[in-house]
Amino acid sequence: MLQFLYRRILYMIPTVFLVSVVTFAIIQLPPGDYLDTLAAELADSGGLDDGTRQALADQYGLGQPMYVQYLKWMRGILFYWDFGISFEKNVPVNDLIWDRLGWTFGISILTLLFIWMTALPIGIYSAVKKYSAGDYIATFLGFIGLAVPNFLLALVMMYVSFKVFGQSVGGLVSPEYIDQPWTWGKFVDLLKHIWMPIVVVGTSGAAALIRIMRANLLDELYRPYVVTARAKGMSEFQLLMRYPVRVALNPFVSTIGWILPTLVSGEIIVAVVMNLPTTGPLLLRALLVQDMYLAGSLILIVSLLTVLGTLISDLLLAWIDPRIRYQ
Amino acid sequence: MTAVDQNPVEIADAPTAPVLLGPWALMWRKFKRHRIAYASLWLVLFIYVLALFANFFAPEAHDETNRRGIFVPPQTIQFFHETEDGSRQFQLHVDALKMKVDQATMRRSYDVQPGKIIPLGFFVKGHAYELLGFIKADRHFFGPKDPDDVVYFLGSDRLGRDILSRIIVGTQISMSIGLVGVAVSLLIGVSLGGISGYYGGWIDNVIQRLIEFLRSIPTIPLWMGLAAAIPLGWPPLRTYFIVTLIVSMIGWTSLAREVRGKFLSLRKEDFITAARLDGLSDWEVIRKHMVPSFSSHIIASLTLAVPLMILAETSLSFLGIGLQPPIVSWGTLLKEAQNIRTIIEAPWLLIAPGSMIVIAVLALNFLGDGLRDAADPHAH
Repeated sequence: MLQFLYRRILYMIPTVFLVSVVTFAIIQLPPGDYLDTLAAELADSGGLDDGTRQALADQYGLGQPMYVQYLKWMRGILFYWDFGISFEKNVPVNDLIWDRLGWTFGISILTLLFIWMTALPIGIYSAVKKYSAGDYIATFLGFIGLAVPNFLLALVMMYVSFKVFGQSVGGLVSPEYIDQPWTWGKFVDLLKHIWMPIVVVGTSGAAALIRIMRANLLDELYRPYVVTARAKGMSEFQLLMRYPVRVALNPFVSTIGWILPTLVSGEIIVAVVMNLPTTGPLLLRALLVQDMYLAGSLILIVSLLTVLGTLISDLLLAWIDPRIRYQ
Repeated sequence: MTAVDQNPVEIADAPTAPVLLGPWALMWRKFKRHRIAYASLWLVLFIYVLALFANFFAPEAHDETNRRGIFVPPQTIQFFHETEDGSRQFQLHVDALKMKVDQATMRRSYDVQPGKIIPLGFFVKGHAYELLGFIKADRHFFGPKDPDDVVYFLGSDRLGRDILSRIIVGTQISMSIGLVGVAVSLLIGVSLGGISGYYGGWIDNVIQRLIEFLRSIPTIPLWMGLAAAIPLGWPPLRTYFIVTLIVSMIGWTSLAREVRGKFLSLRKEDFITAARLDGLSDWEVIRKHMVPSFSSHIIASLTLAVPLMILAETSLSFLGIGLQPPIVSWGTLLKEAQNIRTIIEAPWLLIAPGSMIVIAVLALNFLGDGLRDAADPHAH
């Protein structure tokens, strides 16, 4: 197990390096940099004075070759935990991102739990009652769930909740609680809001997992060991839970690997629609105004955390399934 | 004896040999039995025909603005109308509407003008367009008989443009992005997957790591970064092409994996060894023996990749970093319905393009599922 752990972590290093390079390359793609934007904006009020320009350029290596800028950025992060400054808001990136990243990953993890909690029983039900009305409904809903893009579902839910409940949605808490300290009332209010993004982001993942669970369980249900256990007089429910479901559970763990990136992606786009205080709106804005260190740091950290999540799911899988450990 | 050898024994009274069906015919037969998939095939074909002859099917010009038709709700087609002498007569029509502005709240509403109708017909004259890009025409499949009348079957947007026509014209971009994106994925996926699986060794290792890397980064932030880098001033065609490339980045990794898996398992098969011993080059072995044995499977996977790309394009355009407004796609149409106030005032802006996306994606998914089942010789 330890050896497996070492090997996986070793594999991660080039991935992490690549992620940082790709991120940096992407935010460098648009022509010009923020200094140009700033100079253009300040042109009316006397322009950017040369001293400030020089100081900014020196600090971040702007105007220098790309690899110098990259190395400067990396050095800041690795040695001083400094992700640069947000040019637009003129504050360190560190002050802006952590709250929002926390929410993004909080919502993504809650969504993962939601997916498991719905997909597991529904998947088992549709496999056991194959071709029943319930199975057809689950399959149909599964197809719909896969076919509706996240943002469309978000818009529809917002519209419906406005029409039916008269409740205006958007944000994670009601306007009166924003910037207030945490109280019981605020927490309850949060619960009233947070279920919607969770359901919206989780639907397609749950739909996919229901289908996987159903297919896996169907493979197991008619195996001889199930017949044997039944012949021994085990109750049907106990039998189901103890053998086939346990075997069919493996994909639940292994899917964290691919589900986490999709959840984070989904959360980002839904956050833009629902105006949540998470990474999405901040990243979109940063990309549009070429606030490169802010955008870069967000993409970098989101990707790194996802890679880390994948690592954890691999470890869990290896822990459950010895065949993977000794590969 | 030689005569016998040259003329094989004639078996006159043997039972007639069963018709031998080729693998494709078998697949087709199996596919037809999957009723939803079969229906989806026709639906998908219909959508592509719609895209091909978009201007013919669109009742109005998609970019024609109308100051007296802002946010008109969908108009329903009626069959009978009462003529002046009181008899009922069959005539497809919609009621003529008149805009009313409430000066106090500045809200628009539309009232039916009693007695006035807009007659509708098939193959009517309308705005001029070029069929398939080069045939000059002005006939439209269905629309108002008088070219000066305007009808909004699915409502109109904030500039008084017809949503139905815009959806039909948007079909061209949205559905073709899926196809072009899949073609790009096919090219990259099959070549990299093929190299990876056929040669194995360190090349395989490098390509597999690359794929793992691409799959481990969340797609939306990555696309957003790439798409935001597209300069706004670019010509639409170039933007379209770049967005397609960005979108196809998701497709090829899973395809490459599948191709690699197939190559790995086929490499050890006897018929491949035999072909190689016969002196065929690597390329010939791949082209003549390996590709035909998994092409049906690849087609199914490709069909399942198309809806993913359509959804990706829609999401990017919706965020405003994919295709930009003069281009009409389902994503740019939905962008009009971005905030809740617009949706409440004009829900059809959300419902009409939204349902179109869901229908197209569902049909493609069912079609792909059916193809996959039909292509799998072990499925029952």
